[in-house]
Amino acid sequence: MGLVADASSNLGAARAQMGLSLGWHIVFACLGVGFPVLILIAEWRGIHGDPDSMRLARKWAKVAGVLFAVGAVSGTILSFEMGLLWPGLMGKFGSVYGLPFALEGFAFFIEAIFLGIYLYAWDRLKPKVHLASGVPIAIAGVASAFFVVTANAWMNNPQGFILVNGQVTDPQPLTAMLNAATPVETGHMILAAFMVTGFLIASVYAVAMLRGRRDRYHKVGLLLPLIIATALTPAQIVVGDIAAREVADNQPVKLAAMEGLAHAEVGAGEHIGGIFINGQLRYAIVLPHVLAFLAKGDINATVQGLDSVPPQDRPEAVTLIHLAFNVMVGIGFLLLGLGAWLLGSWVRGRRAPASCWFLRAAIVAGPAAVVAMESGWIVTEVGRQPWIVYEVMRTADAVNPAPGLYWGLVALVVVYTVLTSVTVFVLRRLARSNGNGATGVAV
Amino acid sequence: MLANVVLGFLWGGITAYVLLAGADFGAGFWDLFSGSAQRGEARRHRIAASIGPVWEANHVWLIFALVVVWTGFPTVFAAVGSTLYIPLTAVAFGVILRGSAFAFRGAVTDLALQRVFGAAFALSSVITPFFLGTVAGAIASGRVPLGTARGDVIGSWLNPTSALGGVLAVEVAAYLAAVYLTADARRVGESDVAEWFRSRALLMGVVTGLTAVAGIAVLRADAPHLFAGLTGRGLPLIAATALFGIVSLVLLLRRSYLAVRVTAALAVVAVLWGWGAGQYPDLLVGAATVTSAAAPNTTLFFLVISLSVGSLFLIPALMLLYSISQSAPPETQPRYRP
Repeated sequence: MGLVADASSNLGAARAQMGLSLGWHIVFACLGVGFPVLILIAEWRGIHGDPDSMRLARKWAKVAGVLFAVGAVSGTILSFEMGLLWPGLMGKFGSVYGLPFALEGFAFFIEAIFLGIYLYAWDRLKPKVHLASGVPIAIAGVASAFFVVTANAWMNNPQGFILVNGQVTDPQPLTAMLNAATPVETGHMILAAFMVTGFLIASVYAVAMLRGRRDRYHKVGLLLPLIIATALTPAQIVVGDIAAREVADNQPVKLAAMEGLAHAEVGAGEHIGGIFINGQLRYAIVLPHVLAFLAKGDINATVQGLDSVPPQDRPEAVTLIHLAFNVMVGIGFLLLGLGAWLLGSWVRGRRAPASCWFLRAAIVAGPAAVVAMESGWIVTEVGRQPWIVYEVMRTADAVNPAPGLYWGLVALVVVYTVLTSVTVFVLRRLARSNGNGATGVAV
Repeated sequence: MLANVVLGFLWGGITAYVLLAGADFGAGFWDLFSGSAQRGEARRHRIAASIGPVWEANHVWLIFALVVVWTGFPTVFAAVGSTLYIPLTAVAFGVILRGSAFAFRGAVTDLALQRVFGAAFALSSVITPFFLGTVAGAIASGRVPLGTARGDVIGSWLNPTSALGGVLAVEVAAYLAAVYLTADARRVGESDVAEWFRSRALLMGVVTGLTAVAGIAVLRADAPHLFAGLTGRGLPLIAATALFGIVSLVLLLRRSYLAVRVTAALAVVAVLWGWGAGQYPDLLVGAATVTSAAAPNTTLFFLVISLSVGSLFLIPALMLLYSISQSAPPETQPRYRP
């Protein structure tokens, strides 16, 4: 009895610990994927005769050195947590979906090795050789994101094994890796990584420009990442739409939670906002037939509700899932608007908007992109509950029943609170140090 | 057969982790004992310059080992992770603290902050190998049963063999680091620093040897199964450890800095493989063997293919990194300054 009580209290603590670790690491992971490409573009421009871009590349490389170190170690704790928190999952399904993690391991190696060369051998390599030494970092960053997200896609869309009396037989790791959710989930995440990086970096330079540092260095620092991020936004919205339809087909209950549908609806409307009270979505704005069209391609189609499965098979935090989904989509369209603003100004006058309001919007876009990305992960992870492996294994059956597990959560909250403040502090110091020579105020 | 190949990759990865990342932790140990900010400046600088370009790559061997275990021997991973969650949590926090504190120290310029981050880096460089050693001790002494959290979550790692494992891990790391750093300092012409590390290497070599000898009694009383394995099938390797250990001390006395790198590493490899040979074929003593715990053949097949192809990329890349970081002329070596 003691053990059972412990195990059930472990579930909440373990989920909170995993959520915090993942939610924290994912920001650094995004920068690990997107930042190398940005730095390489700046260095390439620098080699081809733009000193401002070269200064940016050097500055960014220094910042990346810190960010990637924190990313590498905060990612390691996740590997540990797979065993510390979810031994039931790994013990049973490690043979099915462990392979992409092994491949990801090699991508990490390549990333870390060439990062060491790129950061420490800058002045000892010829410019073009140095530029080339950064290319494997960019490729490995995207590859590692792909591999690890295939593992998550498998948890949403488990295939490549047969269960006989609860035992896994005939594991097919490649089938598991290349499941139906893989293309959309990996595509969505890799685009998100570039967007988060681009908007975040742009945001820093927008702050500097708003404070009056409107020289070319800051303009390039703003526009280079911003152009990349805004150019990818329409693609992200298209991929997101395909992803939602994939969820509609393969995880209808998750879609119902995302859209706030308590019951099946013919010609279902799109619900925006609102909260669940006694199992009903209240105070939402409804756009009739829109969901039916988006999810099924037919304005009169029926979309399943939460009540299509028994209560114990539904996610609990439906309001959170629904609102997180709305927030993600809403921010996606606002970012699209920012891109349209930039494009419009470019078409009319071959220049970026000079107004303070544009800079303010660019400042907000960085944190907003992070919020959108985190909301997306809340949708996919909380929306998959109560399953850790969708419709195959319950999260409660995967958790470590060892006594005292929740102390790990307490320790993690303390460690990450300190780490967050120190990281921000060090990055601010770095931002103010040596970039701008004479004035000493470069970002 | 395939399971043994995977085990070979795993043990190779763990060996690389001990020899490479172990030395990075050991460098942190010496950072802790380098003396005041003024006196220790040159030593700390040598430590930072030596591990700066390589520690992240060396650290990946740990992730490599974890993913190979959970894919190739999933039930062993679940058993170890769930029973030993306390020391493994300590390791995870140690890893975070070490990596970020080291990166932060390199990124700030004022002395007070460098001291704070340096202390965090150095302390975590001791904590992390210690707890990894307790985990090794727990597994080696057969305290991790198969199944989810079936073992004693405290006693599994709080026992004489784990304590021995923890202490030995810290000492071995410090010993390797001192040996490597002696040669690094010599190469860039810092003879004072080289002498300081050389004397520490000699000291730590003797201390580690004595700990190992005392450890024989501990293992005999606390882990008879492991003791039997080490004195049985593992004996030639344990004897080799003693031999390489003594040769290393002689080479250090004779100032053969490059040769001692090899023999010191071989001494550590021999003890690690002696443990492996003594415990083989059990992964969890008396509970899981390499074949009984292995994933089905399809998984092992794809894992071996992945590991082989991955190694084709990894090994040349690693050689490139080490040759670049070891060939830096003295004047361009100082500090991380991209």
